[in-house]
Amino acid sequence: MLDIVQRTRSRPARFRDAQITMAHGAGGKASQSLIEGLLLPALRNDALAALGDAGTMSLAGIELALSADSFVVTPIRFPGGSIGELAVNGTVNDLAVSGARPLALTLSLVLEEGLATSALSAEIEAVAQAAQTAGVRIIAGDTKVVERGHADAMFACTTGVGAVDPRARLSTSGLRPGDRILLSGPIGEHGMAVMLARDEFSLQADISSDTRSLWPAADALLEAAGPALHCMRDPTRGGVASALNELVRASGVAALVREADVPIVPAVAGAAELLGIDPMYVANEGKLLAFVAAERGEAALAALRAVPGCEQAADIGEVTLEPPGMVLVDTAFGGRRVLDLLSGDPLPRIC
Amino acid sequence: MRFVQEFRDAELGRALAHDIRALVEPGRTYKLMEVCGGHTHTIYRYGIDGLLPDEVELVHGPGCPVCVLPMGRVDDGIAIAHKPGVIFTCFGDMLRVPGSRGSLLEAKAEGADVRMVYSPLDALAVARANPERQVVFFAIGFETTAPSTALTLRRAKAERVENFSCMCNHVTIVPPLRALLDSPTLDIDGFIGPGHVASVVGVRPFQFIPAEHGKPFVAAGFEPLDVLQSIQMIVAQLVGGRCELENQYARVVAWDGNPRALDVMAEVFDTRERFEWRGLGFIPRSALKLSEAYAELDAERRFRTPGARVADPEACQCGEVLTGTIRPWECKVFGTACTPERPIGTCMVSPEGACAAYYAYGRYARERGVTV
Repeated sequence: MLDIVQRTRSRPARFRDAQITMAHGAGGKASQSLIEGLLLPALRNDALAALGDAGTMSLAGIELALSADSFVVTPIRFPGGSIGELAVNGTVNDLAVSGARPLALTLSLVLEEGLATSALSAEIEAVAQAAQTAGVRIIAGDTKVVERGHADAMFACTTGVGAVDPRARLSTSGLRPGDRILLSGPIGEHGMAVMLARDEFSLQADISSDTRSLWPAADALLEAAGPALHCMRDPTRGGVASALNELVRASGVAALVREADVPIVPAVAGAAELLGIDPMYVANEGKLLAFVAAERGEAALAALRAVPGCEQAADIGEVTLEPPGMVLVDTAFGGRRVLDLLSGDPLPRIC
Repeated sequence: MRFVQEFRDAELGRALAHDIRALVEPGRTYKLMEVCGGHTHTIYRYGIDGLLPDEVELVHGPGCPVCVLPMGRVDDGIAIAHKPGVIFTCFGDMLRVPGSRGSLLEAKAEGADVRMVYSPLDALAVARANPERQVVFFAIGFETTAPSTALTLRRAKAERVENFSCMCNHVTIVPPLRALLDSPTLDIDGFIGPGHVASVVGVRPFQFIPAEHGKPFVAAGFEPLDVLQSIQMIVAQLVGGRCELENQYARVVAWDGNPRALDVMAEVFDTRERFEWRGLGFIPRSALKLSEAYAELDAERRFRTPGARVADPEACQCGEVLTGTIRPWECKVFGTACTPERPIGTCMVSPEGACAAYYAYGRYARERGVTV
C-alpha cells in the first residue's frame, strides 16, 4: 500500500486543472503541482530548479541570494503583527533559511481605492520598524492603486537580496540519514492568530502571530554547526508537515518525527482541536526547521535555545532512509502514522 | 486541554493494547467494522492499528457522510450555487467532492459565491447579513449533524428569514447497516458503533445487530482510548462467546439518546421514500427531507433542482470499500488515478473517508500479506 502512495508521490507533478482555485495558493499539493507542473517547465534553470526559499547567483565572485514574496493576508492587522511586518520578515526569513545574511529589500504595494491613509501609514511604519529590527534597508519600491473591490485593502510584495554565508552549504537536497531535525519553537501560532482574527468562529483565544526575523536564529545555527548544518526551512503555508514533506522528497530521504516533542502552546492546541485542524499543517512566520548532522545536533540546539524567542526550540526527530520521500510520525499515543502533504485549503490568505 | 488529554494517555493505551493481545485466541481472526468515519480518522491519526495484534483487523464502514453522497446531489448543489444572487454555504469537506463536472471549489473559481461554514447557524447568519441574496445551506451528515440543521431551520422559520433555505442530504445510519448485514457476502465479526449518532438516537436502535444478526455492537467514543477500549470490549465478547449491545461511550451516549434532538428532527424532517447512496445504490427510507411544515425552506423546491442522477465512475470501487468487501488499497485506482488532491471516488475526499485516511496516514507497522 505504501508503495502505491510512494510511487504516486515521487512522480513529477503535472498541472491538469482548468483554472486556478484557492487550493493552488495553500502551500500543499495543489501549489506543488502549479509550481512544478506549470511554472518550472517554462522557466527552468538550475537556480530555480532547486526550489529553495531563495535562488542563488554569483556576481563578480560574490555569492548572492535572491528571494521574493507577496502578502495578501486578511485582515491586514492581527494579534502579534500586520501585513507590513509580515512583508519584511517573510522575505528576510526566506533569505535567512537559505543561509544568506539579508542585506536589502524592495517593497511594492498594491493599494485599494478608499484605503484609509492612517491604515497605510501604520503599515509603512510597521515596514520601517521590522526592517530596522532585521537590519535591512528598503532600497527600491513601487506603488499601484486599483479600483475598489480589486484588491483587499492592500497587497504587499517584497524582494530581498542577501549575501550567502560561507559557514555552511545549505540545500533542499542536503538532508542526510541520521540528521537531527530541530524546530525553533512552538508551531501554528501565526495561522491560528490570523484565523481567529477573522472572527468567523466566535472563538477567542490569547494567540499572537509569531512573525519575526529568523536571521539571528539562522546565524546562531551557522555558527554552532558550520558545515554540519545541511538545510533550513521556515515552515510557513502548509506548516511543518508540508515543509518536511517537500524536503524529504527533494533529498530522497525520509523523516521520523516524535509528535510528543513538537512544541505547541496550549491555546493553539486547544483552538486547533476545536476547529478540527492538525497544527502540523498550520502556518508559522517566525519558526525554522534545521537539519543538522547528529554529531553537532546538541550544540546546534543549545545555540538555538540561546537566541531570544527560540527558548522552546526542540529536537523533534531525525532523517531516515525508508520509505524515501515520506514523513512518519510516532504519535504521542504510541502509534505511528504517515504525515502527508496538505490537500485542499483549510486556511485561506494567511500571509 | 482537560477532559481530552486524559483520553489520549499513552500508558493506558499500551495497557489496553496489552489486554487485547492477551485476549485474542491464536489462529482466530477478529474482523471488526468501524461504522463511522470519525473512528477511521482516530485510528489513523493516532496509529491505533499498529498497536493491535495481527488477529484483529479493522474494516471501514459506510459512516462518512461525504463518502456516501452520490454525484448527482453534488451536481444539483452546484446548479443552485451557479444561480444568480445565490450564496451557497457548506462544510469544508464538501468543497472538493467531485460531481460529474467538477466540485464546488471549482464552481467557486468559476464565479459562484460558495462559502465554507462551520455550522448551519453560520449559514443563517450569512442570510441575515445579506437580505438581498438567497442563502442556501447544503446540509450533510447522519443523525449527528441533523439536529443542528433542524434547530437552524426552526430558528429561520421563527425569525422569518425568508432568503434562507436548505438543501437536505441528511441520511440515517440504521438502513445502510441493515442493507450491509443482509448482504450474503458480509464477513464481519463485530461492530465499533458510531458514538456520535448514538448520542442522538441512543443505543437501542442497534439492538437488531446482536439480536437478529448475532454480531456484537459497542457504541464507541472518538478518542484513541475510547476506540481501543471498544475493540477490547468486542474482542472480549467474541472470546467469551457473548453477543451483546454495549455502550463504551456512556459519558455521552444515553441508552435512549437525546429526546430533545429527536423531537426537533421529527418536527423538521420527514423520511424520504428512498435515497441514493454512493456505491450502495438506492436504499429505502434511508434519508431525510424537510417536512411539509418546512417546505418553504426547502432549497430543492425553491430552486427546482434538476434532480440529477449520475452513475458512479466505472473505475471507482467506493461501494466495495464502503461495504468492507475490499480494502481501500485494493481498489484499482487507489493512489494512482484517485488521490486526495484528484479524487475520483468520495472515499478519497474527506479526511474521514476510508481511502483518504489510508492514503494520508498510511498503515505502516503492519504486514498483512500486502506491503505496507
